[in-house]
Amino acid sequence: MTTTDPYAGERLKRTAFYARAKELNIRDAWAAWNGYKFAEYYYDAEYEYFCVRNTCATYDICPMQKYEIKGRDAEAMLNRMVTRDVKKIGLNRVAYCVWCTDEGRMIDDGTIFKLADDRFMLTCGSPCTAWLEMSVFGFDDVTVTDVTDDIAALSLQGPTSCATLKKMGLQGIDTAKPFDILYFPFQGDTLMVSRTGFTGDLGYELWIKKDLAIEMWDELYAAGDDYGIQPFGEAATNMARLEAAFIMPAMEFNEALRTVNFEHDQTPFELSLGWLVDFKKPHFSGRSALLKEKQRGPKYTLTKLDIEGNRPAAGSYIYSSKLCTKEIGYVTSAMWSPSVKANIALAMIKTDYLEGNLWAEIYYEKELRQYSRVARCTRKTKPFWAPARARATPPPDH
Amino acid sequence: MSNYDAIIIGAGHNGLTNAAYLAKAGLNVVVVEKNEYIGGAAVTRELQEGWKYSNCSYVCSMMRQAIHRDLDLAKHGLILVPYLGNINFGDGDERLLSYHNEEAAHLELKRHSPHDADAMHRFQTDLTRYSQLIRKTLMRTPPDPTSFRPRDIMELLYLAKQFWKLGEKELYEYVRFFTMSAAEYLEDYFENDLIKAAMASPGIIGTALGVYSPGSSYILLHHVMGDVDGSIGAWGLARGGMGAISNAIAGAVNEFGGEIRTNSGVQKILVENRKAVGVVLENGDEIRARIVVSNLDAKRTFTRIMDKNDLPDGIYDKAKNFKIRGSSGKVNIALSGMPKFTGVPENRYVARGGQVFTGSLETMERAYDCWKHGRWSDDPFIESVIPSAWDPTVAPPGQHWMSNFVQYCPAELSDGPWTPEKRDQFGESVIKKIEGYSPGFRDLIVHMEVRTPYEIEKEIGLTEGNIFQGELTIDQLFFNRPFPGYGQYRMPVKNMYMCGSSTHPGGGVSSVCGANAAREILMDLRRTNTVPEDDFYDE
Ligand SMILES: Cc1cc2nc3c(=O)[nH]c(=O)nc-3n(C[C@H](O)[C@H](O)[C@H](O)COP(=O)(O)OP(=O)(O)OC[C@H]3O[C@@H](n4cnc5c(N)ncnc54)[C@H](O)[C@@H]3O)c2cc1C
Repeated sequence: MTTTDPYAGERLKRTAFYARAKELNIRDAWAAWNGYKFAEYYYDAEYEYFCVRNTCATYDICPMQKYEIKGRDAEAMLNRMVTRDVKKIGLNRVAYCVWCTDEGRMIDDGTIFKLADDRFMLTCGSPCTAWLEMSVFGFDDVTVTDVTDDIAALSLQGPTSCATLKKMGLQGIDTAKPFDILYFPFQGDTLMVSRTGFTGDLGYELWIKKDLAIEMWDELYAAGDDYGIQPFGEAATNMARLEAAFIMPAMEFNEALRTVNFEHDQTPFELSLGWLVDFKKPHFSGRSALLKEKQRGPKYTLTKLDIEGNRPAAGSYIYSSKLCTKEIGYVTSAMWSPSVKANIALAMIKTDYLEGNLWAEIYYEKELRQYSRVARCTRKTKPFWAPARARATPPPDH
Repeated sequence: MSNYDAIIIGAGHNGLTNAAYLAKAGLNVVVVEKNEYIGGAAVTRELQEGWKYSNCSYVCSMMRQAIHRDLDLAKHGLILVPYLGNINFGDGDERLLSYHNEEAAHLELKRHSPHDADAMHRFQTDLTRYSQLIRKTLMRTPPDPTSFRPRDIMELLYLAKQFWKLGEKELYEYVRFFTMSAAEYLEDYFENDLIKAAMASPGIIGTALGVYSPGSSYILLHHVMGDVDGSIGAWGLARGGMGAISNAIAGAVNEFGGEIRTNSGVQKILVENRKAVGVVLENGDEIRARIVVSNLDAKRTFTRIMDKNDLPDGIYDKAKNFKIRGSSGKVNIALSGMPKFTGVPENRYVARGGQVFTGSLETMERAYDCWKHGRWSDDPFIESVIPSAWDPTVAPPGQHWMSNFVQYCPAELSDGPWTPEKRDQFGESVIKKIEGYSPGFRDLIVHMEVRTPYEIEKEIGLTEGNIFQGELTIDQLFFNRPFPGYGQYRMPVKNMYMCGSSTHPGGGVSSVCGANAAREILMDLRRTNTVPEDDFYDE
């Protein structure tokens, strides 16, 4: 007797690593990302976060969107789309990029991998097929292929990540500099490894044909056993990326193409990503609006805050005085940082008020009663977490 | 020759903390340490190439977050990482696993006793309430109850207010709690013997008390009043071993321009006209300064490096009678692989966690009996952890080391002094016990460091090997620590202070004694205070 699942159409898809991930997801803590079943955490979110900072841990990035962009005009097309100069990306190098609407509002961020002079891979958090196809318009020799389901990708992050890959037999991996791409033979195919990640720590991303995903996982986990390998999910990622002061969609920025209300989306300048906007290169989407914005200065500025006390300022307003009379911004992400031992946050603050006093009004609950407190905020210029090993080549073994 | 404002004797983590805060206030400080390494009982040493032991203290929870944050110890390389869960080994096949996860922990307790699984909530709630109160007092100087100075009266009022918040019934409970034994206290909550034993065990760690001795319930509290990132009672590991804590604090001392000299044991504190004026080192060098701060325990400070004639009447005797009995040994074992324990699931988290060879209340009491008779325990209580299972920096990949804290082990044996042979026999008793739960354990041993109270005293100068620099009994706590009338870090000789664990709030790697002493010193020197206030979780 064959039974068909009447709910098949609304069940989440499984990533290439699901067979292994489900064994390790002891808490059954699943969320979703782009239609895939995706771990919120596996065993203990805080422990997994510490694996990223102390040993090494893997993050399943299969649901992340991946597009192959091929053809003679691929570079020109990407250069027309993103704000950074794609011409400057070296072969087998990765660059972090953003792309904007004509109004200079940010659509999404992602990474561009230069795999050949006429072949690139673009990765991003949300699907952007439609925008890519629109961007291709006017270019003759470009094809865009969504390869999300063909490539299995796993991010390996943490201080023992290089040692683990060495143990796995990836000779020469220690020569990879940040944003380098290396290739290794793997079971008759090719394993691509980039020294990239979203944790601010030493780390790599592994890219393999979907059919070899489980083999790769097993080899990696066998090698990592002595190096404290552990899968981590969304919760730990969110902690690590905030310490590194990386932005998240739907936290720091609202994707422009999904923004209903006027200017409830952001510009790269507002997100303190001005360094990604290159006015010296030929025309790109949003250029004139961004040039104006640069001259005028952004209305808001994404700011790193160290806040007194230990209550995370999640959802807090920022005020210019302790009396909380003049509201000048809002917190986008906040947490207690166990590594830095600081109460950290990212906040959107009206640029005009940046130099003055900053106070956060923090609400919290204790045994069902609501409390609030006003805490002084100190601006930070550097990421909260930036260990030397993240930049060192060759990196240390732990 | 430098002109120092302050000399700190001893580079234990408290001495270093004291120096950091004095240096931060702009004082010219020098720390003089007898050993060639710093850290005292918060130290990491590589005695076997590739293995890094936390030779004495091994887990961290009391370290005050406010100090960690204020001195930016993260910048100086300190990161505290959690380890997950514990296994309590009963006398027979019984195992009690303590999981990090609340649901899992509850189910495991229920497996032993549904009654106790429920009672655990009440126990944890009561203990948290008690520890909240103690926690409030940690980074405050105890008031002198006999003084009429406004500051002391204010502080007494503050305390009264905190106690009052408990409510009348709880107040009585609290007083009762302080005088009880851990075993008796737990009778009120639990029925299962292994659960009782497991909960009682923190009550004997580091003390010369048994689970049935009055006062051991306070010790229990002392071990659960710390926190890691707001999780009160949790314990973590310092990445790189406990020495990473001392090294990070030393980093802060250097940052603020302080100086640390190793191989510089102090032979004598110089006193002129009833004022401390400097120290004489063992090599004969003399260093002078406005003030002298001792990181040594009270007994050692007043009976070893001070002249009895320099002290006011009575102090020498108080110091001589200071209760500082040693009761613990430490056995550090380098292993070629991960030991496997019987009766434990191959759970990759909890199986690697801590191991507590608890036995039962009775086993623990019998272990104590041996100590009373001047012998090490035939069947010891051992609290173990395998730091390398959690920290990749302390053993070669795939290999491990196990930290074993052993009770009881006396400072003086009834059959004559400690000898290397007796020390090794003591080590053997520990291996034997572990092997009972981990067949083949012995074959994994690569190297061992066996430390009895004798070694602990000889190497780091903890008198009688007492890990707390003096027992944590009520007569030696709070304003009575180290002696009644001297609970505010100032010592009977002018310009002399104490900053080690012999002072409030006592032993443990907390940095609090050193920081509190710095605050008092800066007040006396009319300098701006550099010591932060404590950081609470809105308790
Ligand atoms: C075996 C053991 C296990 C422990 N386990 C833990 C644990 O897991 N967690 C925890 O929190 N606590 C633990 N403790 C307790 C904790 O380690 C101590 O309470 C704490 O480290 C004491 O710090 P301190 O700075 O006050 O003194 P100490 O560390 O005792 O420092 C005193 C310093 O003075 C130096 N010194 C001595 N004489 C002289 C002299 N004449 N001249 C110059 N220098 C001198 C010593 O060498 C030493 O460096 C343990 C202690 C021991 C011994």
